[in-house]
Amino acid sequence: MGRSAMQPEMEGPVDKDALHVISLVSVGAHPTSGRPRRAEQDARAVELGLQLAGDNLHVLHAGNAEEPALRGYLGMGVDELHVLAQPPGADAVPGLTDYIRESGVQLVLTGSQAETGEGSGMLPYLLAESLGWPLVVGLAEVESMSNGSAQVLQALPRGQRRRLKVRLPFLATVDNAAPKPRQSAYGPAQRGLLDVEEVEVVIDEVFTGADLTPAKPRPKRLKVIKAKSGADRMKAATAKASGGGGQVLKGLTAQEGAGAILKLLVEEGVVR
Amino acid sequence: MSDIIRRDPRAEWIARNRLHPLHAAMQPAQASWMGPNGVLRKNVHGAGFIGPNGLKRIDRSGAQQGGTVKRSVSVEVQLPLHRIATPAFYVAVVPDMVGGRLSNHDRDLLGLAHALAGNEGAVLAVIFGEHKETTFDTAGVDRLLILEGSVFSGYSPEQRVQGLRAVDNQFDPHHWLLPDSRNGGGELGRRFAASLGERPSTRVWQVAGEQCIGRAGAGAQDLLRPVSRLILAQAECAEPVSETRHEVLPVELSTAVVRSLPRIEDLGAVAVDPALIPMSEAEFIFSGGNGVKDWALFHRTAVALGATEGASRVAVDDGFMMRDRQVGASGTWVTARVYVAVGISGAIQHLQGIGACDKVVAINLDPTCDMIKRADLSVIGESSAILEALIEAVDTYRNGAKRNAA
Repeated sequence: MGRSAMQPEMEGPVDKDALHVISLVSVGAHPTSGRPRRAEQDARAVELGLQLAGDNLHVLHAGNAEEPALRGYLGMGVDELHVLAQPPGADAVPGLTDYIRESGVQLVLTGSQAETGEGSGMLPYLLAESLGWPLVVGLAEVESMSNGSAQVLQALPRGQRRRLKVRLPFLATVDNAAPKPRQSAYGPAQRGLLDVEEVEVVIDEVFTGADLTPAKPRPKRLKVIKAKSGADRMKAATAKASGGGGQVLKGLTAQEGAGAILKLLVEEGVVR
Repeated sequence: MSDIIRRDPRAEWIARNRLHPLHAAMQPAQASWMGPNGVLRKNVHGAGFIGPNGLKRIDRSGAQQGGTVKRSVSVEVQLPLHRIATPAFYVAVVPDMVGGRLSNHDRDLLGLAHALAGNEGAVLAVIFGEHKETTFDTAGVDRLLILEGSVFSGYSPEQRVQGLRAVDNQFDPHHWLLPDSRNGGGELGRRFAASLGERPSTRVWQVAGEQCIGRAGAGAQDLLRPVSRLILAQAECAEPVSETRHEVLPVELSTAVVRSLPRIEDLGAVAVDPALIPMSEAEFIFSGGNGVKDWALFHRTAVALGATEGASRVAVDDGFMMRDRQVGASGTWVTARVYVAVGISGAIQHLQGIGACDKVVAINLDPTCDMIKRADLSVIGESSAILEALIEAVDTYRNGAKRNAA
């Protein structure tokens, strides 16, 4: 595309020309209507791939090539979408493994969980196992790539980040900490090409027999009071929330009090 | 025997009324008094107490002062011990141990493991590195295996999978249970499943007999399937153990864990701007209320501690903090692991909002307020002086650490 020709794209942390990335995409389902759409996390994987590799991004799908929702990824500015044609219920791992092994890319990005089907989130782990590549879970940002290894930020719960150094090539899953996906434009989505490839079909026997039912609301946990006497029950019903006798420091100097607080904060590991 | 004080209002009334025929009998019996001739007089009939078989007992050891003294029995109920001498099989649990302690999710999982183990099997908890937990017995751990060593410290998922494989070889558990959480359990469980080549039951929220139900897809569907060997279960998948006490016998691996070449190197945590973390998921919240007089100092302390700021309703209404920083029933329900409340008296709406917090620290002038009753550590005093001292203490702590490192 013309964008990379107009401006030099070397300001990023990664050399875009040398980096080849595959983003694995699936067909999602709208949370309310259930209609097919581009999957939220997979779109984030494509967005991160576009930011890292630009035109060298390879978007790959294993499944039904006729699905119109797949064009949602083409609308993000990808020229071509590669599809490994498979019937529903087929195991995606063998075909993807062969494809990725032959592609010679440095990085494969996936979402962390599919929006349809079993949604076990096992695919990246199985792929990493069969490829023998390291797997980074919850990739938020790639800081740099050099000398056959990458320095990346991993998203942790509670908004925390961890810096990891990982050997290339590697697989990474993205979750909601990755950059927000750009909008999908209708024109490019319709103009984009679908490159369909036939692969050997391995039917996932275990899952084909399983039945999916609409989710039942989970039972709310009841507060069971195991009191032997009436007085205990009364106490449990009327007692205010209390930590049950915390330590109270009274008549101390401010320095001693602050020292006690700091000791607790350090013990809990929140002050480093 | 409960420690509730029982009163007899009629007896008290008779004791006050000098004209009542039973007045004399209701007077407290004096054990000894000074007689008119300067001789100590004793009432020997008052000594002792009526024993359980109706006889008067006098205990001269001084240990027991008769039935008149209230024995306040602390209600420390000793739960029955669930003993498994030779386990027929094991059910292994790998708890998350967030902050070195069992989380509620971990306890639910141990409850599920206890249900799966029944009376023959033993629940084996596998823990990496150090921990601060003291209640493994009431949580339902029959056997405890601690995998120690520097290779398991930090973020070392590949090495931990090797550790679990070694446990799998030695104990061959009927089931492996891991929390399907973002705190590491979901990741470790899936890595382990891929390494073993077993298909796990993921996102399980109920196990009934031989079947388990888990969420599928984006959470809009349920998947009913036979219970697999590896189960990744969600929170509240089962009731935690509450009626038994367990042995927590330490066990060890007979073989050394295979060292895997680390392909992922942990370079440590990255400092994140605490103000950008959403309140509801911040780990460490520093919250101010009506008792804070110097707000500039409050903000400086939050920066020094590296904490996310919060506020009570009063502080927000008075315009010292933004509305999105309000903690409590009408603000945000926080889930912080450590919550520091400065000058917050603890209205019930605020205490509801911090219900999920683990450790609460209160700085307050009033030692009788409700926040002090909730807090694990309370410091009574003027907040400004304590905050100044706290900034200073944090600075010395950090500089001292740097000096030691250098």
